[in-house]
Amino acid sequence: MYKKIMVPVDLEHTDKIEKALHGAAELAKSYDVPVCYVAVMGRVPNRVAPSPEKFEAELNMFAREQAGKYDIATECKAVPSVDVPAELDDKLLGAVDEVGADLIVMASHIPGIADKLHLISSNAAYMVKHSSVSIFVVR
Amino acid sequence: MTEETKEAEQAISEIEDLYDTDYEIGQDNIEKWGFDMHAPVFPVSAFLILVFVVSSLMFPEESKQGLEATRNWIQNVFDWMFLSAGNFFVLFCLALIVLPVGKIRLGGEDAVPDFSVLSWFAMLFAAGMGIGLMFWSVAEPVGYFTEWFGTPLNVAGFTDESRTAALGATMYHWGLHPWAIYGVVALSLAFFTYNKGLPLTIRSTFYPLLGDRVWGWPGHVIDTVAVLATIFGLATSLGLGAQQAASGLNFLFDIGGGLQTQVIVITGVTAVAIVSVVRGIDGGVKLLSNLNMIFAILLLSFVIIAGSFGDFFANVGRTVTGYVEYMLPLSNPVGRADDTFYHSWTIFFWAWWISWSPFVGMFIARVSRGRTVRQFLTAVLIVPTAVTVIWMSAFGGSGLDQAADGIGELADGIGDSTLALFQMLTHLPLTGITSFLAICLVMVFFVTSSDSGSLVIDSITSGGKTTAPVTQRVFWATAEGVIAAVLLTVGGSAALQALQAGAVSMGLPFTFILIAMCASLARGLYHERQLLAYNAVLQR
Repeated sequence: MYKKIMVPVDLEHTDKIEKALHGAAELAKSYDVPVCYVAVMGRVPNRVAPSPEKFEAELNMFAREQAGKYDIATECKAVPSVDVPAELDDKLLGAVDEVGADLIVMASHIPGIADKLHLISSNAAYMVKHSSVSIFVVR
Repeated sequence: MTEETKEAEQAISEIEDLYDTDYEIGQDNIEKWGFDMHAPVFPVSAFLILVFVVSSLMFPEESKQGLEATRNWIQNVFDWMFLSAGNFFVLFCLALIVLPVGKIRLGGEDAVPDFSVLSWFAMLFAAGMGIGLMFWSVAEPVGYFTEWFGTPLNVAGFTDESRTAALGATMYHWGLHPWAIYGVVALSLAFFTYNKGLPLTIRSTFYPLLGDRVWGWPGHVIDTVAVLATIFGLATSLGLGAQQAASGLNFLFDIGGGLQTQVIVITGVTAVAIVSVVRGIDGGVKLLSNLNMIFAILLLSFVIIAGSFGDFFANVGRTVTGYVEYMLPLSNPVGRADDTFYHSWTIFFWAWWISWSPFVGMFIARVSRGRTVRQFLTAVLIVPTAVTVIWMSAFGGSGLDQAADGIGELADGIGDSTLALFQMLTHLPLTGITSFLAICLVMVFFVTSSDSGSLVIDSITSGGKTTAPVTQRVFWATAEGVIAAVLLTVGGSAALQALQAGAVSMGLPFTFILIAMCASLARGLYHERQLLAYNAVLQR
């Protein structure tokens, strides 16, 4: 039914997306398709890595760990960005076609007061609104 | 393994240990309500901003007197220090261009630039100097020529010599020196961020000197002062700039330059700045900077063509001669007799550039990954100076030609300095179109300062984390606009001038910070050069 599953990941907060990672792995197994982990990578050092090169290495390692943990085929893609918070949505959207995914599994926060006040936006909501592929939002 | 490679490996690990910190970017941060704040820098800065704003609103006249007295005291007592530091920064940057360390690439040997040379260059101007050049490129040289408020080295006004001196002195204030000040901060930040993996915040530049202590209170103080200098500098420029823009709009369209127009200008600029920060560097500030570069080239070409090529080339000659002839005497801090010019112009500008350097320097650093030290400093020092020579010869030159030939208001001296540009344009053809273009340029430069400033404050107040939610930068952009509007509405010009004097006074502590930064950068570059040499040994 699906050919490839894309999972957007924030390497700084992998603990918060555990359920999405698990769900994606289960789907990958049942359809026997690979999972591609996509992360948007800034140019400035962050908590994950001090340079873009090391960030890519971290993402590679993460994909390998997931492959071992769930016994699935994995790949990964780091999308470069000069301004991550502003470009995150568009870069993720662009990555869908680039990696050739036809299903996205992604975590999303539970809406609270900040969402009601429009203080924060939801990346998952943006993807649902703008992407043509199926999306499984996990909370 | 030979003895030589063993030694190289040993040396590399020793140098790498010097920059090996356990500090994790964002480890002191609090994530709440869509914010990602460094504690204590964010709350303390926010609190101090509130205290300063409220007190300057409650006692506008008293704060103005107090803070301006502080600024004047600083400018009078430490005049030699500002001037010498400025000279030192120019020499330091020029040395780095020619020394072998110039080959070091920001971001490592394989790093490629994120922006094209033209966009990069447009952004350098948009953050730091655009508005000032718009307002002062006519007013300042004409002011010197007409003896408005002191003349450089007391040269008598209304003479041929004073035309050359006026252009030379203005170039001195807008040429190598300010860009060297920005260059030192920008290069330090870029180097320690991209080559050493430290967070993008001012304190990181002191890591080689202070070690892990920079993550403690010395770092908190440096970052908090940088935030205050930036936000007050930006908010007061926006407030005072709105007055200038409103008087320009009134001059053009006769719509009244009162408070209402001023608040509309602030609201408009802030609204566009918010859209711009939400769209990010690529879709916001880069786009606007490129747009403004096109506007600026159009206006510049027009002034050159309309004012005749012959006059323009004569003025280029004067500007270059004046700059070369007057640079050394004007950089000399000993035995100055031109007190009004020296303190009210030069030292004021120096304190101003230095207090803005954390903001402009950090923004330049943000967009400069992938350039070598040599390319970087050439582009930050030499190219802007060359462009300013052209700009000043066209705008200042035309203004001086009119003043010398007795044409229009400029011949009577500077009445309202903010109108000098428009008064000059009135006596060229197509005034309506060119003045409108000039107003657009000014407005967009305001937007680019405001949005790049918000990105910088956002980065400092989140401990160098550039992935903090967009909400946070919207907060800072809004804060600038609100502070400017409230100060203007409740406290009037006095409150704005009070806070601006406060911001400029921060030039003094930053002068010391910048000198230390040079030492730190020199050490860092020296280590990097050694690393490259040892790595070359290993690869043989």
